[in-house]
Amino acid sequence: MLLQQLISGFATGGLYALAALGLVLIYKTSDVVNFAQGEMAMFSTFIAYTAMTSYGMSYWEAFILALLFASALGFIVERFFIRPIQNAPVLSLLIVTLGLMMIVNGIAGWVFGFETHSFPAIVGGELKIFDAVISKSNLLTLVITVFIMGILFYMLKYTLAGIAIRATSENPTIARLMGIAVNHVYSITWVVSSILGAIAGMFIAPTTFLDVNMMSSVLLKAFTAAVLGGFTTFVGPVVGGLILGVLENIASGYISAQLSSTFAFALIVIMLWIKPTGLVGQKVGKKV
Amino acid sequence: MLSLIDIESSYGYVKVLKGITIEIKEGDIVAILGANGAGKTTMLRTISGLLKPSRGKIEFMGERIDGKPPEIIVSKGIVQSPEGRQIFPSLSVLENLKIGAYTRKDRNNLSKDLDMIYHYFPRLKERQNQIAGTLSGGEQQMLAIARALMAKPKLLMLDEPSLGLAPRVVKEIFEIIKEINQEGVTVLLVEQNARQALAIANYAYILQTGLVVMEGKAEDLKNNEEVKATYLGGKSPGSNVN
Repeated sequence: MLLQQLISGFATGGLYALAALGLVLIYKTSDVVNFAQGEMAMFSTFIAYTAMTSYGMSYWEAFILALLFASALGFIVERFFIRPIQNAPVLSLLIVTLGLMMIVNGIAGWVFGFETHSFPAIVGGELKIFDAVISKSNLLTLVITVFIMGILFYMLKYTLAGIAIRATSENPTIARLMGIAVNHVYSITWVVSSILGAIAGMFIAPTTFLDVNMMSSVLLKAFTAAVLGGFTTFVGPVVGGLILGVLENIASGYISAQLSSTFAFALIVIMLWIKPTGLVGQKVGKKV
Repeated sequence: MLSLIDIESSYGYVKVLKGITIEIKEGDIVAILGANGAGKTTMLRTISGLLKPSRGKIEFMGERIDGKPPEIIVSKGIVQSPEGRQIFPSLSVLENLKIGAYTRKDRNNLSKDLDMIYHYFPRLKERQNQIAGTLSGGEQQMLAIARALMAKPKLLMLDEPSLGLAPRVVKEIFEIIKEINQEGVTVLLVEQNARQALAIANYAYILQTGLVVMEGKAEDLKNNEEVKATYLGGKSPGSNVN
C-alpha cells in the first residue's frame, strides 16, 4: 500500500514539478507570474485529443503535435501579449496573464466544448512488485518526467544558452551588455515553459479527465510546489512538487481525497509562514 | 576610432547628457572624469546601446552605431565592464567568463583566450569553479574586466573600476588595465578617482552636469590648477575628492 502510494505520489508530484518548473523558468527570467500556464497546457492537451479522436493519429503523433502547438502558443503569447508591456509594473503583467487565463479558457470552451472526455494513458496495465500494484502508466510517467527534467537541468547547467538564461535571470541589463539578446531568452523560456506545461497536461489528463477546467487545480498544485520548494531556484519546484505529490497521495489515501486542494493551500500558507523563501530557496535582492 | 558627436541622452524627461562631443583614438586610454551625476555612466549606457540618444550621432570605426541594440554593439567590439562590478553572483567564475564570450563566433579559440585572461588574473584561475558572489571585491572587479575581455573587445569601457576597493587593489587593477592597453586594446576609462585615472590615461575629458567642461592631454590636466583643486583633492596624495 505505501509503496503504491509513493510511486503514484512521485508520478503526480513529478507532473506538478514540470508545471512548476515552467512557472519558475518564466518568473526567474522575466519576473512574470504566468497564471495562463495551466490553460495553455489544457489547450495543448485538447489539440492532442482532437488529433487522436478526429484525425486518427496515434498517441505519440498526437503528443508531438501538441508539443509543437505548445511551442507556437508559448512563442505567440510572449511575443504579442507580454513583450509589448514588459516594462509595465508587475501588477499589470499579473493582470495580463490572469486575463489570458480566462481568454484561453473561453476559447477552448468555444472550440472544443465543455464536455468531459476521457484521455488515454501512455500505457495500460499494472505491475506487481511484492504486494503493491503499480500502474505501468504511473511508472512510465515518472521515468519520462525524470528524463525531461534531466535534459532541462543539463541544458541550464552546461550549455551556453542555459548559462545565458541563468545570467538573464540574475540581471537582464548586464546580460544585454554582454551581448545576450534577452528578448530571445524570453522567447525561449516561454516556449520551454509551455512545452513543460503541455507534457504535464497530457500526462495528468488520464486521471483528471479532459475538460476546460482540468488544469485549474493542477496550476494551484504547481504554485504550491514552487512556493514549497522555493520560487528562486530551479531545483526548488522539483523538490516541492515531489513532496506535494507524495503528501497529497498519502493524505488522500489515509485521510480524505476531497481535501487535496485544501491541503495544497494549507501547505502554501504554512510554508510562507515558516520559511518564505521555500525549502531550498534563497533570499535574492530585487532586480534593478 | 569612436566619436560621439553632440550626443544628448535622457532618462524619461530628465536630460542627462546635454550635447557632448568626444573622440577616442585607437590605442589610447581615454579617461572620463567627473563627480557623481555628471553623466559618465549615462554616456557609457548610450554608447553600449542600452539608451538611445535623443540627438547626435555615434560613429565606431567609420560606421554609425547609435540606436543599435547592445548585442550588435558588443559584436562590433565595444564591450563594457559595468559600474559596481556587476558580475553574475550565482554563476561560477568560469560561467561568467563564458557569458563574456557570448557573441564570439570563433569559439575554438576560447581556451586560448582563457589562458590569456588567467595570465592577467591568476587568482581567477584558482577560483574558476567558485561561485562568483563569494569572491572578494577586488576579485569581482577583476572578473568584471576579465568577462569583458572574453568578448575580444577593440574598445574596452570600464565604469569606475576603482570603486570601493582598497588602494593596493586599485593600483594592481590599474596596472593590469595598462597592460591590456599595451596589448592593443583601446580603453575608455570612467573614473571618479581622477589621480589614478590621469596616471595611466593619454587623454581625458571632464564632465559636469552633462557637458564636457574641459579636455586635454592627461599630463596637461594633471598640472592644471583648476583640475588639481577640484578633482585631485589639493595636497594630500592618494585622496579622492568628489
